[in-house]
Amino acid sequence: MATPLALRVVEAEARVYRRVWKGSVVTSFLNPVLYLLAMGVGLGSLVDRNLPDGVAGVGYLAFLAPGLLAATAMQTGAAEGAWKVMAGFKWRKTYQAVLATPVTIEALVLGVLTWAGVRVLMVTMVFAAVVVVFGVTSPVGALAAVLPAMLVGLATAAPVAGFTIRVDHDAGLTNLFRFGIVPMFLFSGTFFPVSQLPELLRPVAFAVPLFHGVEMARWAALGLAPAVSPVASVAYLLAWTVGGTWWAIRGFRRRLWR
Amino acid sequence: MSVPLVTARGLVKRFGDFVAVDGIDFEIAAGEAFGFLGPNGAGKTSTMRMIAATSPLDGGELRVLGLDPAAEGSAIRARIGVVPQEDNLDMELTVAENLYIYGRYFDLPRRVIRRRIDELLDFAQLAERRDARVESLSGGMKRRLTIARGLMNDPELVLLDEPTTGLDPQARHALWDRLYRLKRRGVTLIITTHYMDEAEQLCDRLVVMDRGRIVAEGSPRDLIARYSTPEVVELRFRPEVDVGAPSRFADMAQRVEILPDRVLLYTGDADATVAKVEPMEELLDGFLVRRATLEDVFLHLTGRSLVD
Ligand SMILES: Nc1ncnc2c1ncn2[C@@H]1O[C@H](COP(=O)(O)OP(=O)(O)OP(=O)(O)O)[C@@H](O)[C@H]1O
Ligand SMILES: [Mg+2]
Repeated sequence: MATPLALRVVEAEARVYRRVWKGSVVTSFLNPVLYLLAMGVGLGSLVDRNLPDGVAGVGYLAFLAPGLLAATAMQTGAAEGAWKVMAGFKWRKTYQAVLATPVTIEALVLGVLTWAGVRVLMVTMVFAAVVVVFGVTSPVGALAAVLPAMLVGLATAAPVAGFTIRVDHDAGLTNLFRFGIVPMFLFSGTFFPVSQLPELLRPVAFAVPLFHGVEMARWAALGLAPAVSPVASVAYLLAWTVGGTWWAIRGFRRRLWR
Repeated sequence: MSVPLVTARGLVKRFGDFVAVDGIDFEIAAGEAFGFLGPNGAGKTSTMRMIAATSPLDGGELRVLGLDPAAEGSAIRARIGVVPQEDNLDMELTVAENLYIYGRYFDLPRRVIRRRIDELLDFAQLAERRDARVESLSGGMKRRLTIARGLMNDPELVLLDEPTTGLDPQARHALWDRLYRLKRRGVTLIITTHYMDEAEQLCDRLVVMDRGRIVAEGSPRDLIARYSTPEVVELRFRPEVDVGAPSRFADMAQRVEILPDRVLLYTGDADATVAKVEPMEELLDGFLVRRATLEDVFLHLTGRSLVD
């Protein structure tokens, strides 16, 4: 039986990844360790001293860890949708080569985004293992938090790929991170509850996909009641994923099929 | 002609308001080596990309291997080999990995891929560089690898867009030899070039393109017979000499072309022409007699030279 076209793209990406996996695994391991040590343990000891009841009822390290897991998923998804896609159509022009084979534009986009999902899964699994070692939650709780994180990664990768295929220079991507990804990383309830935001900004946080991932990850890992029903959050993230994929396919077609 | 492998009727390609391919017709038979010859911007690459089902038509009809590129592009691409004008190899991978991944896009079994890699690296004379990163290859080696990659799926039709641009003369001749061997195995070749010697060597039949249109069609020999005299006398005047009007040469040859750096006299009898040139010898840096080429055909058809 013929291998589905999108899977051929995933296989090729995996093959390319074999060249860099060592460095990449070290990064995805060191990142959570450093963040959890500095912010969770270091800063957390100050926070916990001032808040005997904890943040949202738990110690700061426990509050931070699931949120950061979801935020890391978002960053990984964004990097796959941004730099990888720009390399594909502009720097390395590998997409042009792929599209001279039986692979179609739709299959290319689905393959690229599936691979982004695989990368998010790898990064968040390592992160989850670190969270368990830090004693924040049980292995089951950490694994449960990986699911919403995956969804956040995909809900980010798809629209970011759609954005990237429409920009001509990497300055566009730098701005996307500066004005989009980084603020979302900081203000979506990852480091502090969104109830601390100025009243005007709170609805904005609710619109950000990461916020829903953070809430669900905390619910999955710690049993903290989420601010939004998880069903609504999942539907919202799926909408970003599907809509982003559709928008990316249109952009890929406009850029590469002419 | 047997059943055509590629048929185009009124083929059009536009980029915005600009018409890159302006309603061309052609038919390419199985087993043929067919050429598109033309200067920069003639529309050769645009035409090739439509045949390769990697670019949509803006008008006309096209059948490739009996299939419709708009509806069955994937099936067409599965059976053809494409060597694009610009190498788009994956620089971060090795020579063999590039071929491997490409083979997987065609869903070739791993065992078949390994065998094809061995064969094609020999074919492209890259066996020693098998595990080298593509980044480290010379331009000519990259070109050869791109050609090898285009053959991974054992295609019945191969599209080569300026295959030898950037190769040194020795590598060009080696490549012509290899393309000739492919053709003998029954593979159909479509080649674009602006080298007339390449077209003469490789193509059974070709069309001359200019500004999106086909201006002539035939075998290289037909075209030369039709649009040129058998021989050409080329005169190079000293830089300070005023060449003057074409009428000055009228009684020396059947036709005259005055180019910036030389004057071409088209003649059926080179000896007679040379005898008439001799009196003006002190005005010349030199002259030579040569056989007519496709360059002369192109010059006649368009009034411009092929390579600028
Ligand atoms: N993507 C594009 N967008 C806009 N114009 C284009 C595009 N691709 C080609 N063109 C224009 O179409 C015309 C034909 O280009 P094409 O690449 O087909 O020519 P060519 O015969 O292959 O030339 P060359 O010998 O330089 O490769 C040129 O004027 C070119 O500028
Ligand atoms: Mg070209």
